[in-house]
Order: sequence, then C-alpha cells, then structure tokens
Amino acid sequence: MSSIKPRVKVPKEVSIDEIIEIKTLIRHPMHSGRMKDNNGQIIPRQIINSFSAKFNGKEVFQMDLEPSISTNPFIVFQYKVKESGTFDFEWIDDNGEKYYISKEMTVS
Amino acid sequence: MKLKKLRKISRRNALLLIAGFTGTAIFPSISFAQSSQAFDRINEITKGLGATESDIYFDLPEIAENGNQVKVTFEIESPMTETDHIKTVYILADGNPSPNVAKFSFTPEMGSCSAATRMRLSKTQNVYLLAENNNGQFLMTNAKVKVTIGGCGG
Repeated sequence: MSSIKPRVKVPKEVSIDEIIEIKTLIRHPMHSGRMKDNNGQIIPRQIINSFSAKFNGKEVFQMDLEPSISTNPFIVFQYKVKESGTFDFEWIDDNGEKYYISKEMTVS
Repeated sequence: MKLKKLRKISRRNALLLIAGFTGTAIFPSISFAQSSQAFDRINEITKGLGATESDIYFDLPEIAENGNQVKVTFEIESPMTETDHIKTVYILADGNPSPNVAKFSFTPEMGSCSAATRMRLSKTQNVYLLAENNNGQFLMTNAKVKVTIGGCGG
C-alpha cells in the first residue's frame, strides 16, 4: 500500500494575494466496512480518515474523512498566497499508514 | 359502569394529548421539529443551540446517477480574517448508514472558505451543510439529491 502515490496540483507561478485552487487525489479503495466481496464476506473498514495541508510547516487546512467519502478521495480547497514556500500534504489511513507529498510554490 | 370506563380512557388520552401538544409547542423553538439522524447530529454538534438557515453556495447534482461518486462543492462568504472566519464545516447525510460525511477545518490563511470533494450516497436524501464560525455561531443549508444507483454497498 505504501506504493500509493498521491497527486496534487498546485500552480507553480503565482502572484501575491492571489487565491489559488489546490486539487488533490489519492488512490485508495476507501472500504466503508459495508461492501461485500465475491464470496459474500464483508470487507473490513479501511479508509483514509485524515488529510492535512501544511504551508512552510504551519497547518492551513485539515479534513476528517468518514466512510461516506468516495473511493480515491478527491479534495479541492483554496489558499491565499502570501509568500513562496512549500506545501506538505499528508493522508493518514485506518492502519496508521501515512502518505506524503510536497509541492513547491514560487511567487513571481 | 360503561360510562365510567369511557371517561377513564378519555382522561388518560387527554393527558397524553396535553403532553404531546406542549412537547410540539416548546421544542421547535429550541431544537428542530424534524427528527432524523442528520438533525440529531446537528443538535449534538451545536449543543442544542441550532443553526440559522443561510444562503450558502452548496452545489450537489439534483440527480446523481451513481451514488458512489457524487461531487459536492461549497463556498461560504466570509472575510476569513483572524477575527471573523469560518472555523469548521460539516457535511451530513440524512439517508446514509452514518450521518457524518466529512469535517473540514479552515484557517484564515486560506483566504476563502471553499472546498470540494466526492461523496457516497446510499439513496435519495437530503444532504446538510453545517458551518461554525470563530464566534461559535452556526450556519446551515441543505440540498436534496435524487440517487439512481445507491453507493454504500450491501
């Protein structure tokens, strides 16, 4: 599962005070604990339950996910640019497994 | 004898009726008249304070063909400053096995209170958005979605 590579789209060149849109997508089955497999056995719950975005080390956005979120969670949010820096995105699943990705952003 | 029996029943009924009337007359003002899992959850989050219906951009498809992937977008008008910003946004579904869908925590750094995600809907139902600002006030809105194929399995 650790081979999962999240995808994030952050504009590379931005200007100050611009509100940018950040799109994130991660491949994850998000088993809600209600689906059954081909043999009629319930697939145990296995979801990503938390997502957070940090900018230069400070948390700017956090989201708690529940089983009602679709497979391959797709999250979009906005951010107001103040300075150049790095975004750190983190997803945590029920097993405590963490998925990371970082993105650079430069103010032009 | 027969008359006495009748009166006994009617008195009990009258008591029940009074109890019922006072109940319905008092409760709508402090909590919600409808009883559903989403409203129960709203009452739990707001600690019985309730939320004011407000004009929030809350976009969901009117008819969702596939309940597995329903895009939900919202935008709440807020200056997003340190002293006046939306802190948390909850999305609650009335007809899903559990009312909780997602909880978003916003910070003033974001500049706007807007986000989008994709959710599952098991059947045709109302979806609620509940937002809390930094002063502890609650706003809410709802949207009805018709679901053709449910998306919660089982």
